[in-house]
Amino acid sequence: MTTQVNEALLRRLTPSVLGILVRRGADFAAAEDAVQDALVEAVRVWPADPPRDAKGWLVTVAWRKFLDATRSDTARRRREESVDEEPAPGHAPAVDDTLQLYFLCAHPSLTPSSAVALTLRAVGGLTTRQIAQAYLVPEATMAQRISRAKRTVSGVRFDQPGDVATVLRVLYLVFNEGYSGDIDLAAEAIRLTRQLTAAIDHPEVAGLLALMLLHHARRAARTAPDGSLVPLAEQDRRRWDTVAIAEGVGILQAALARDRLGEFQAQAAIAALHADAPTAEETDWVQIVEWYDELTRLTDSPVVRLNRAVAVGEADGPRAGLAALAALDTSLPRHTAVAAYLHERDGDLTTAARLYAEAAQKAPNLAERGHLTRQAARLNSRRPD
Amino acid sequence: MAKYLLLKHYRGAPAAVNDVPMDQWTPEEISAHMQYMQDFAARLETTGEFVDGQALAPEGTFVRYDGEGRPPVTDGPFAETKDLIAGWMVIDVDSYERAVELAGELSAAPGAGGKPIHEWLELRPFYGVSPTITE
Repeated sequence: MTTQVNEALLRRLTPSVLGILVRRGADFAAAEDAVQDALVEAVRVWPADPPRDAKGWLVTVAWRKFLDATRSDTARRRREESVDEEPAPGHAPAVDDTLQLYFLCAHPSLTPSSAVALTLRAVGGLTTRQIAQAYLVPEATMAQRISRAKRTVSGVRFDQPGDVATVLRVLYLVFNEGYSGDIDLAAEAIRLTRQLTAAIDHPEVAGLLALMLLHHARRAARTAPDGSLVPLAEQDRRRWDTVAIAEGVGILQAALARDRLGEFQAQAAIAALHADAPTAEETDWVQIVEWYDELTRLTDSPVVRLNRAVAVGEADGPRAGLAALAALDTSLPRHTAVAAYLHERDGDLTTAARLYAEAAQKAPNLAERGHLTRQAARLNSRRPD
Repeated sequence: MAKYLLLKHYRGAPAAVNDVPMDQWTPEEISAHMQYMQDFAARLETTGEFVDGQALAPEGTFVRYDGEGRPPVTDGPFAETKDLIAGWMVIDVDSYERAVELAGELSAAPGAGGKPIHEWLELRPFYGVSPTITE
């Protein structure tokens, strides 16, 4: 009898198996290759012969692959020397191995795209091919990106604590900027962030997980059947995932109670206020503006100020929103789109139509271009009154 | 992470600094130019930034639908067409600045006299993904 390989189990075990190899003295790059080889072997062998102890099996096979590769490698001597420099096997781990992997894969010496690729492979257990497909680049390019990233961090000591903020930025990127192909990157980002909450107790990690859950909850309502964007105010709220919302709100409340506010908690709080409104009209915009004030204090980001102008427009009327917008640099992405929206709310439909068309020209993606073009068309095709 | 198209024109771009037609180069200069392009693509592959590169024949045909049941109409090539694309390279990079840097390097491919052509390449961003988090 053959059974389907439990891929979720394999991928959940990936970081701890890799951590064990590194603890035993394997250098990170070689250990990571060995774990990938072991995963491939598991997919091949397990259906006919499932192991009783999946993790033990993976550690044994990965270690054997590592030794084979080390022996056959022409750079054997160099590797053996680096093994000698590592702490002896059995050295008491100061920090959780999985957490160390997150730190390493998001190391500040890596570019964002390298950190994303390395995290998805070494922590997420995805194959190079899957990652390449998710980011629409050739597999050879992604393989090089990953091996280059591994070389970049090869000198980093595995037992040094890292900065959790860099890890959160990488996970945020995976969640926010993924194509939706075979691999659901948003779901993967949630899984990795959830796994991180088990490895480190930190309110911002919880804040990011809450933020992801609250946005993921709206996914089904966010696009129309034809693929066009449905703005928040027009979404069918019955299609929001109430289980994910409840979980996100619960995680957020526990994090906020610890009184160590950070940008992800503040962003999640805004998402929670939207999730909490039964209709768009009942949205508590006054509180949302207050959270944007907090976010501005925390990040001083022009993008936050732009979103704040939208919220001010809802809380205090479009004139107030336009006044807030006037203080911002017009070259900001989406500035023109926000101006168009506020002018429409203010009743100046001619200006709004012109600005929507102008914003469509500057849109950073096709979905937004389509949405903004339709807004311009809607206003341009209205009956003259 | 953003993709850019580097477009090379047969015509339509402003004149290059070292603007000698390729058929007036020496064979060695042509080989050196080809080698530079190949090395450039190979290097981008090792940095994990290469997506695609293709060259196009200069003569093409215009085609359009001509109504139900009729074969498509073909026309051209048109000698007067202003813009003629010679080929492209697609890169996947972390920033616009990096894209400009790489386009600059590609534009330095050697031409007549083994000197950089300084040709103008057109840099066009791809549309990205629509982000999940917008508010």
